Amino acid sequence: MSPHVILRVVSKLLIPLIALFALYVQFHGDFGPGGGFQAGVIFASAIILYALIFGLDEAKRAVPPSWVRLGMTLGVLIYGGTGVATWALGGEFLNYTVFAPESTHAAGQHWGIFAVELGVLFTVTSAMVAIFYAFGSRAPELTDEDW
Amino acid sequence: MSNIPPTLILDMGLMAMLVVVAFSVVRLRSLFAIVMLQGVYSLLSAAWFVSLDAVDVAFTEAAVGAGISTVLMLGAMLLTEREAKPVALQKQLGSFFIVTVTGLALFYAIGDMPAFGDAHSAANAYVGSDYIAATKADIILPNVVTAVLASYRGYDTFGETVVIFMAGLGILLLLGLNGNAGKWRAQPKGQNVSGSAARNEGGKS
Repeated sequence: MSPHVILRVVSKLLIPLIALFALYVQFHGDFGPGGGFQAGVIFASAIILYALIFGLDEAKRAVPPSWVRLGMTLGVLIYGGTGVATWALGGEFLNYTVFAPESTHAAGQHWGIFAVELGVLFTVTSAMVAIFYAFGSRAPELTDEDW
Repeated sequence: MSNIPPTLILDMGLMAMLVVVAFSVVRLRSLFAIVMLQGVYSLLSAAWFVSLDAVDVAFTEAAVGAGISTVLMLGAMLLTEREAKPVALQKQLGSFFIVTVTGLALFYAIGDMPAFGDAHSAANAYVGSDYIAATKADIILPNVVTAVLASYRGYDTFGETVVIFMAGLGILLLLGLNGNAGKWRAQPKGQNVSGSAARNEGGKS
């Protein structure tokens, strides 16, 4: 890995930007193209790029496998929990209007969509990183000649 | 020539490139080149989706098809050979027959397809137009795709999220986050399949 100075420098510059772009796609998904699925995949690709350039061990120190396991379940729980919360507030499952029934600009819908998209982000990011970790941990360490 | 819309020429060019890439994938033997060409195929599809105004789909195709699946296919390739073995011609006759019949059936069905952008087609009429009309009053979001995905069709998206969760869970149950965690070692071509890293992290998994 040591000869790839340019790759390392450029990716160090790019990885934060990729992560930032993922957050933009996530939180701007209501207004432009994008949403939890796309943002999750982009965020996961930032982590995967880090693992490809700096090695899997470094990536596992930055994003431990236990976080990945937690994130996968947390996402589904956030999504399902939003539905349960709407139940608790007296609405149907995933009927977000009950979050702000008085609102004239559908704020309840916006909060609900925000919450479920956050759940999608957690699950998609963690599942993608988990699949990469699972496959990557089995691959042998490569020398440059192998490519 | 002047009455052909430029986007149609763009679409046709992209479709022609897709066909070329597909044939190269079939012809090639080097798995590395095939994985890379599949990424190219996804990027071309994404460009085509943009030209069809399906920006959200194009976004997903570019991120998943060209990004993640290329990396995962490369990871899978590292565990196997670098070259695909040639298959005898007689063994390909059966699949060639199936592909030909399916292709002919699809071509036969083209006549029943609605025209692109047809407002009266099944996909655009009924609930589709209802959602587009109601989003402005119910959800008040500029992106109707997000409104349909997260609110009107929240159940479906919940299902999709659970499917992705199950995919991750299945991989974890089969492979584990740390590969085989050093418990199982094989040495194809003298290479240690379970790396030293996997063994060190074994206790945590």
